[in-house]
Amino acid sequence: MEMQFHIEGGDFSGAGTASSEVKKVLKQLNISPMIIRRIAVALYEAEVNVVAHAFSGEMTVNIESDKIQICIVDEGPGIEDIEQAMQEGFSTASDKVREMGFGAGMGLPNIKRNTDEMKLSSIPGKGTTIEIIVKF
Amino acid sequence: MVTVHQINRLVNGIILNGTAPDQDFSHAFASDLMSDVLTIDKEGMILLTGLSTLQTIRTAEMSNVYCVVVARGKRVTNEMLKLAKEHSIAVISCSSSMFAASGRLYENGIKPVY
Ligand SMILES: Nc1ncnc2c1ncn2[C@@H]1O[C@H](COP(=O)(O)OP(=O)(O)OP(=O)(O)O)[C@@H](O)[C@H]1O
Ligand SMILES: [Mg+2]
Repeated sequence: MEMQFHIEGGDFSGAGTASSEVKKVLKQLNISPMIIRRIAVALYEAEVNVVAHAFSGEMTVNIESDKIQICIVDEGPGIEDIEQAMQEGFSTASDKVREMGFGAGMGLPNIKRNTDEMKLSSIPGKGTTIEIIVKF
Repeated sequence: MVTVHQINRLVNGIILNGTAPDQDFSHAFASDLMSDVLTIDKEGMILLTGLSTLQTIRTAEMSNVYCVVVARGKRVTNEMLKLAKEHSIAVISCSSSMFAASGRLYENGIKPVY
């Protein structure tokens, strides 16, 4: 099954709607609640990152019998130093993002922790792509 | 078994949404930092927070938190309550500070996550 969502940068009230839809679908598929939680958290962190740091993004979700594969491609400033971005505590979040309860530099490490595979790539000045896989 | 009603009594609050799964709310975590909340995996966790935004409820939804206590009487919007109801997340509002509400819960046997 394939699903697609548009994510709007800066739209904090909409942040999480895509992750919520995916979670809803997974609940109907008889997947363990523990796995669903991991997927939902990782997806939400990735979605919030687009809202917080990029201009807009497209999320493609592929649900197969044994795994879920998610790819989020965004247009935005990109990430200069991926290794640094992956470090716990590193954040360039704006004050507005911090007011929304984000910007602790925990998102990317948390995505890594909750997924079986995570691939982050970026072209600075153009955008960022994140691909994650969670096995059921 | 600690219920939403008991928690509400402890923090001397108002239940804005009372529907939540039958869970033993034995643990609590107090934070305004949603990215911190999202790192915790604990069933039956109460979230005490001073951050009253739609993302507070979204964060609860994603991390399977079914009881949110909003401290300092911060305004809880209808949009937040609608989302909370949709996902059966109990929402309690209390006028005391996070510190005072945490103390009350701790004093009455609610355990910390860490
Ligand atoms: N999609 C993205 N586009 C551009 N920069 C990004 C993107 N995702 C992450 N970053 C960069 O990587 C940093 C670390 O991201 P991470 O998600 O770990 O933390 P955060 O978003 O700053 O805070 P938190 O996730 O704890 O709310 C960000 O501050 C930002 O500089
Ligand atoms: Mg983040």
